Amino acid sequence: MKLDPKRYAEMTRKATPHSPVMKDCLWAFFVGGAICLLGEGLRQFWLQWFDAEVAGTLTSISLIFLSAAATVTGLYQKLGARAGAGTLVPITGFANSVVSPAVEFKAEGWVTGVGAKIFIIAGPVIAFGTLASWVWGILYWVSGKV
Amino acid sequence: MRKDDTLIFSVPPVVREWASAGGKKESEGPLAASFDLLFSDASFGCGKWEKAESMLQQKCIACCLQKAGLDPDQVEMAFGGDLQAQCTASNYTMRALGAPYAGLYGACSTMAEGLALAACFAAAGYAKQALAFTSSHFCAAERQFRTPLDYGGKRTTTAQWTATAAGACLLSPGGAGVPVRSVTFGRVQDYEVHDINNMGAAMMPAAVSTLCHHFAATGTRPEDYDAIFTGDLGRVGTGLLHEQMQREGYPLENHQDCGCLLYDLDSQQVQAGGSGAGCSAAVLCTLVLPRLQEGRWRRVLFLSTGALMSQTTYLQGESIPGIAHAVELAAPGTVTREE
Repeated sequence: MKLDPKRYAEMTRKATPHSPVMKDCLWAFFVGGAICLLGEGLRQFWLQWFDAEVAGTLTSISLIFLSAAATVTGLYQKLGARAGAGTLVPITGFANSVVSPAVEFKAEGWVTGVGAKIFIIAGPVIAFGTLASWVWGILYWVSGKV
Repeated sequence: MRKDDTLIFSVPPVVREWASAGGKKESEGPLAASFDLLFSDASFGCGKWEKAESMLQQKCIACCLQKAGLDPDQVEMAFGGDLQAQCTASNYTMRALGAPYAGLYGACSTMAEGLALAACFAAAGYAKQALAFTSSHFCAAERQFRTPLDYGGKRTTTAQWTATAAGACLLSPGGAGVPVRSVTFGRVQDYEVHDINNMGAAMMPAAVSTLCHHFAATGTRPEDYDAIFTGDLGRVGTGLLHEQMQREGYPLENHQDCGCLLYDLDSQQVQAGGSGAGCSAAVLCTLVLPRLQEGRWRRVLFLSTGALMSQTTYLQGESIPGIAHAVELAAPGTVTREE
């Protein structure tokens, strides 16, 4: 065949259509922004009865609940397919990444399915997030000693 | 007779009957009207996608056998496979069917692989009724190869949509049906594509290799065929195929890709096109075989292409090998037998 891997990599690069960057960014901006706006609305709602710290926690809980509900009804996936980072970055994206495997792997049982697979997407975030907090904690401690 | 990688049948076996089954998205595609069976609920209410895929296969095979007027115990040999690990959809289908069975894993190339093997068995007289079947199920494939169905991720422009579809063909040594003139078994090709979201590019070199071997062995050129089909290279792989075949000295004017035919690429949100073993199987049984049977086409070359990686080898950094098998089909009455 008149082809080598290097040449083929170049051919493939040229043949690959670009993502519609502007459209993707607008979707991410407006959907992500709408989720944040919803969060602020919820915070104002909870502030009627609670102080700022408790209202903030309740806002996170509310968003996670709404995201879980949107995940099991299939709505979050449909939104995420268009909004990309707009639905991935807010706390709702994290909830979606935990709830979706829980729903998916229920067929393999509560322990070997849901229990074992629930953090299949969020697991690395938790693992490396914890590791990063350790590293930062040590740096903070060392900087305080100097 | 064997020439290079091609087996040319002096007494061509025939595809005597065939059937296709599809899911909801396939029922909204351009080929919807030609499917034998369409299911708006491709879970079949069982809640397990793997089982649902097997049920899709079973319904498709039952339809094929019914059209041929055969009972399951009259099937003398079956070749089948699917995308699930250990080909379980097909194994459970054959548990129900009970015929002698050789399980295949050729990824998306399984339809041509099964068809080619069944043709060999029928031509040699080893089976008077040889079944070739395959399927894929979007939901079973997504959870095995990618992310959970409800995960809100964005697909890349080169990604392809795994078809929820099944196809079954029944072959006999002779009689009425669409003759199989020759089959070409492919060689594994790997041009160091690592992008699991660009299967078309990973499989394209295998298609070129098999096409070139087939043309050389049979002394034919692309223009000798009414149509040449490849199984699911998608939009990106198709562009690359045309470019490379031009370079090989075989410009393709009459080529169509199953991945670009099963769905409306512009309106159905399937990115670069369809894929999955069921994609080329469905196009074969809804478009290619019926048109040959009607005599609208006289000679067609049908290839299915498969990407042979697993999720494990991909994560371990291995590149994606591809394979393609070709089956040369003719309209009834156009092939002379060299007894």
